[in-house]
Amino acid sequence: MTEGITVNFRLNGAPVSIATAPGRRALDLLREEFGLFAAKEGCGTGECGACAVLVDGEAKLSCLMLAAQLEGREVTTAEGLGTPEAPHPIQTAFAALGAVQCGYCTPGMTIATAALLAKNPDPDRAAARVALSGNLCRCTGYVKIVDAVLAAATALRGEKS
Amino acid sequence: MTASAAFPRADALSKATGRERYSADVTPPDCLWAGVLRANAPHALIESLDVDAARAVPGVMAVLTRADVPGTGLQGIVHKDQPVLCGRRVRHCGDPAALAVAVSREALAEGLARIRLTLSPLPGVFDPASALAPDAPLVHPGREGGNLLSRGLMEKGDAPAALATCAVVVEDTFETPAQDHVFLEPPNGVARMAASGVLDMVVSTQAPFRDRFEIAHALGLDPRRIRIRAPYLGGGFGGKDGATVQCLLALAAMQVPGRWIRMAWSREETFLAGYKRHAAVVRLRLGADADGTLRAMTCRMLFDVGPYAHLSTEIMALGMEHAAGPYRIPHTRIEGLCAYTNNPVGGAFRGFGVLQASFAVERAMDALAARLGRDPAGLRLQNALRPGDANGVGVTAEPGTDVAACLEAVMAHPVWTGRQAWKKAAPPFVRRGVGVAAMQNAMGYGRGLPDHAAAKLELTRQGTFRIYNSVPDMGQGNASAFVTLAATALSQPPGSFALVQPDTVLCPPAGSSSASRTTYTFGNALLGACRAMAEKLKARAALVLLCDEPARLVLAPGAVADPASGRTVPLAMLGGFLSRDDRICVDQFVMPVVATPPDTGKQFRLGFPHRFYSHGACLCAVEADELTGQVRLTHCVTAVACGRVLSQAGVEQQIQGAAAQGAGLALFENMALAKGRIRAGDLGAYLIPTALDLPDMECLALEDDEPSGPMGLKGMGEVGVHGPGPAVAQALGDAVGLWVRRLPVTPGDVLRAMEEPAP
Repeated sequence: MTEGITVNFRLNGAPVSIATAPGRRALDLLREEFGLFAAKEGCGTGECGACAVLVDGEAKLSCLMLAAQLEGREVTTAEGLGTPEAPHPIQTAFAALGAVQCGYCTPGMTIATAALLAKNPDPDRAAARVALSGNLCRCTGYVKIVDAVLAAATALRGEKS
Repeated sequence: MTASAAFPRADALSKATGRERYSADVTPPDCLWAGVLRANAPHALIESLDVDAARAVPGVMAVLTRADVPGTGLQGIVHKDQPVLCGRRVRHCGDPAALAVAVSREALAEGLARIRLTLSPLPGVFDPASALAPDAPLVHPGREGGNLLSRGLMEKGDAPAALATCAVVVEDTFETPAQDHVFLEPPNGVARMAASGVLDMVVSTQAPFRDRFEIAHALGLDPRRIRIRAPYLGGGFGGKDGATVQCLLALAAMQVPGRWIRMAWSREETFLAGYKRHAAVVRLRLGADADGTLRAMTCRMLFDVGPYAHLSTEIMALGMEHAAGPYRIPHTRIEGLCAYTNNPVGGAFRGFGVLQASFAVERAMDALAARLGRDPAGLRLQNALRPGDANGVGVTAEPGTDVAACLEAVMAHPVWTGRQAWKKAAPPFVRRGVGVAAMQNAMGYGRGLPDHAAAKLELTRQGTFRIYNSVPDMGQGNASAFVTLAATALSQPPGSFALVQPDTVLCPPAGSSSASRTTYTFGNALLGACRAMAEKLKARAALVLLCDEPARLVLAPGAVADPASGRTVPLAMLGGFLSRDDRICVDQFVMPVVATPPDTGKQFRLGFPHRFYSHGACLCAVEADELTGQVRLTHCVTAVACGRVLSQAGVEQQIQGAAAQGAGLALFENMALAKGRIRAGDLGAYLIPTALDLPDMECLALEDDEPSGPMGLKGMGEVGVHGPGPAVAQALGDAVGLWVRRLPVTPGDVLRAMEEPAP
């Protein structure tokens, strides 16, 4: 691959700089250059949402973004939300409420949830379903994922569930 | 001894935080890329295949065609008829014509684009009935039997004679479509042929131990020199039971030894080349007395195999075994046929032939209920199979055959009891309906094919435990269930257990992750290993405690304790003191089979009949839009009887997920096959349910006990998929008078039904 440009952005809270081809997919950049594998490729065409990451707080499909589009942005992957030792409340809720089965869609789901809760801290089930409608899951039937979104919202508002 | 509900699942947090490494995330440094040129023609002869230009592309390391394939060149699980690379003949659009290996994705794509494949099209066969016509084009010319892969008969009593004397007989033909698994992680893996001649592969697979033999047979390798590792799968549902990338990847590794090579199918390639649930056509006659008592049924099931056998005959056999539904029918005659076509390859998919059978018999029950003027739920309850009854093929139903209890559970639900008021309250331009279905799904491989697993459990030097999981976890949560079982059996906290995921070198062998068998069979083997471990730990601790009655010692969290003296020996001390071999316990289990099989189905030597079943009932409510014909599933309630509930949330996960797949098949999923070509071959056109398409589905798990099961449980990963198809069909009959013979139901079907005058 020709090393065309240098892209500077913030990744999971830290500034990064990487030389890459401008046409490289953001998804490949994150996975192959930074070893961040939370964003997954489920379709490569923007249909499944498994590759979602936060870009300046918005859920974006990294399989449809090019490396150059990350310039100057704040990028957060599911790894940046939390760790197994110190999980984000959204991650805790997904794990605790059975929203995780094969788990391949889960990082993308948690990103979509983070974007939703930043805008709407108290969504109802219908609003959660709309927010998750760009993320496909084949294991759960979505019931427990919606449960987790609402539980995470409660936790983030500082209320007891 | 009871198991505590282990939630969160052992794998949940590592997955939720994006740390879990799937096969797709394994990226050895300097990994090469392998890929395939698909023929993209349903039936054709290869006139020429020119790979010279592709080989000349910078970065392309190898381009292989059929002539480069060693061994038999044929893959397959039971029947080996699927070429690793196709030779002269192309039999479906997904057939691989050539394999390339390159240093990068870009070089690989360029190489594949430079291959010149010239085809001369042949007439094809695109439905199983046409395939069996005398003058049909042959998918495998020269093959004895032509396009008929297999046929079978299961019989009990004299169904044709009994039907002739029934007060009521209904008859119809029902069709279910091919269905794509749409696991979120497309098939992929990495492999390396080491200088020592050992092939090392990490792959998204449901059957690592069997993969070795499939690869070895196809490519002339020694199965003992193949190592397969299977990390957590990003979904499987049957679609990763049998080689996907395995043989191609092994072939690439043999050609370019010493280097790691990755193959990852795109979503479109997965649609094109992956296995599908078989499309099937089922003709069924069902007869009853005037009071609704079932007397006899005859059934003819025709499966669209596609061009390669895969597990078609075995899938057909299981479908036939379930053809009479969870009902008491004294006389049955069930015929099955598998026909080769030039459609996509049929294979295993959650339900394994049972869904096709279940849709037909449930619809026939609806037809019978309509004819008799009966409530469809009551008619089912009247005929529900009970313990001690002979099932559809003459096997005595086990204790725990709780179809009736499941039906009663959904019939007591407000969605059923309040249905008339709910229907009357429909808003303008909306019609509402409610439907109910019963279901069953056998567990395990069946008689003649040992359903086995061996489990290895290790005490670490630190006094914790390591479970060597031999059956892949494709998301169903078996790995986590194993932790719960072992933690309960050994009285240790779940956090004391680490899991080693399937590895044919480190783990003892086990069958596949399939057939609702995974937790039952491996779980039993693991509990055996736990018993051996408990006995060992007590015996070794007794030496430390100078106790000559090891049996009086008990396991406590992190220790072995002597209740008599109050003294304890920390497991960490025992772990440090035992040799490695002494820290390991292994046991195995084979699922019990039907002791005296019925005198039928003799041609199915592998996997007939089955002894254990899980049962269920499903209630669906729908709203049909009078203006658009769109159908919305508003309620879905599934009751399930599956032995002991080890984890309520775990059972709900399986039931809700299965119901979602069943609802997808009923209302959305359609590959739009036309002359062997998938017209809806990506996720933009092939629609699986999104969060907006499904209601908050409910699961009622009935507590029961299966004495042979690990802590009383039975397998239940599949049974839930069978409900929504027939329940939605019945609900649409209720709502708009539509008589559904074929899935998926389209808005056009619904609009036409509403245009017809009421009968």
